[in-house]
Amino acid sequence: MTHEQAASSIAERFPGARVEGATPLVVDVPVDQWRAFAQFAKDVLGCRFFNFLSAVDWKESGLEVVAWLDDLDDKLSVTMKTRLAPAPTSASATADEEGGSSAAPRCASLVPVFRGANWMERECFDMFGIVFEDHPDLRRILLGDDWQGHPLLKSYAVDTPHPPYR
Amino acid sequence: MAIKAPVPVVPAPVWKSFKDLQEFEALRQQRPEGDKHSSTFEALTEGIHRFPGGFVVTTVADGFLNWARKSSVWPVTFGLACCAIEMMATFASRFDVERLGMVPWASPRHSDLMIVSGTVTIKMAPMLERIYAQMPDPKWAVSMGSCANSGGPFRHGYHVVKGVDRVIPVDVYVPGCPPPPESLLNGLLLLQDQIAHFRRTGQRAAPNEKVD
Repeated sequence: MTHEQAASSIAERFPGARVEGATPLVVDVPVDQWRAFAQFAKDVLGCRFFNFLSAVDWKESGLEVVAWLDDLDDKLSVTMKTRLAPAPTSASATADEEGGSSAAPRCASLVPVFRGANWMERECFDMFGIVFEDHPDLRRILLGDDWQGHPLLKSYAVDTPHPPYR
Repeated sequence: MAIKAPVPVVPAPVWKSFKDLQEFEALRQQRPEGDKHSSTFEALTEGIHRFPGGFVVTTVADGFLNWARKSSVWPVTFGLACCAIEMMATFASRFDVERLGMVPWASPRHSDLMIVSGTVTIKMAPMLERIYAQMPDPKWAVSMGSCANSGGPFRHGYHVVKGVDRVIPVDVYVPGCPPPPESLLNGLLLLQDQIAHFRRTGQRAAPNEKVD
């Protein structure tokens, strides 16, 4: 499928999505259609290769989850992204371990569609505090279990002390 | 031609007053006839003398023992990052740290020295502390490279301990990013002097202090 065909197919199936670019095809998806779009991209567009999933902190404009899907046969690349609520301030972010508080930004998990999303979403939870709903094993992956806060948020202060080592 | 062994001289003990000297002389005279000179020492010097290319080194016992102690420093291999490559080069045949008596050893329980070569993360620091605790006393630590010294280029990262001296006491800091093997060798030679100093006086030198 060429990217023109893919763009028209996306516009037909997801009217709320905004499509830009060609390679990659950048699709801004509403957050409630996040998993449905991934399923659509896998089944209809043929993007069966899950490249990566990450997030961007745009401060008060909210957190953005980005995933890159590829069709390796037809050389079609789709960057899907969605905007979440802004990250809670550090004062309210301390209690959102394992399941999350109501303040934590939430997003549907892509693990039912792509199993490779498992660790990527765990890393996103670790670094940004995004809670992925229906994730089978949402806990920290890189930092220690006793870590406080989510260090890739812009609100995470440089040189935050971590006793006893600094 | 028979080579005559030199007559060994019994080294004088340490005395503080004339009374001690008198006591020493009295004890010396009470010894049996065959033990006026130590026959063991005599046999040893003769053996060294007869050994091909052998020679007799006269030294004070303390210096000899210190030389032996500082010449057998076994570093536990603790490579954490790119500095470990330079450490491996130091251990390998070109720079050959084994000529200083150092054997890179993979067990902390047989080691005297820990060369912390690389970035210490907050997640790694408890393991580093535990391995240091497993080494038998007395023990030394060399902090190798900018990361281990102060956090280096990752100092403001969220995950880096800002210097390994926040975890374990450090005797010699080797600067560099990474330090070349020559720098590490210089640090190890400095550490050997510090070890001799420690064995003689019981006082640890300050970090990077040049003793002797």
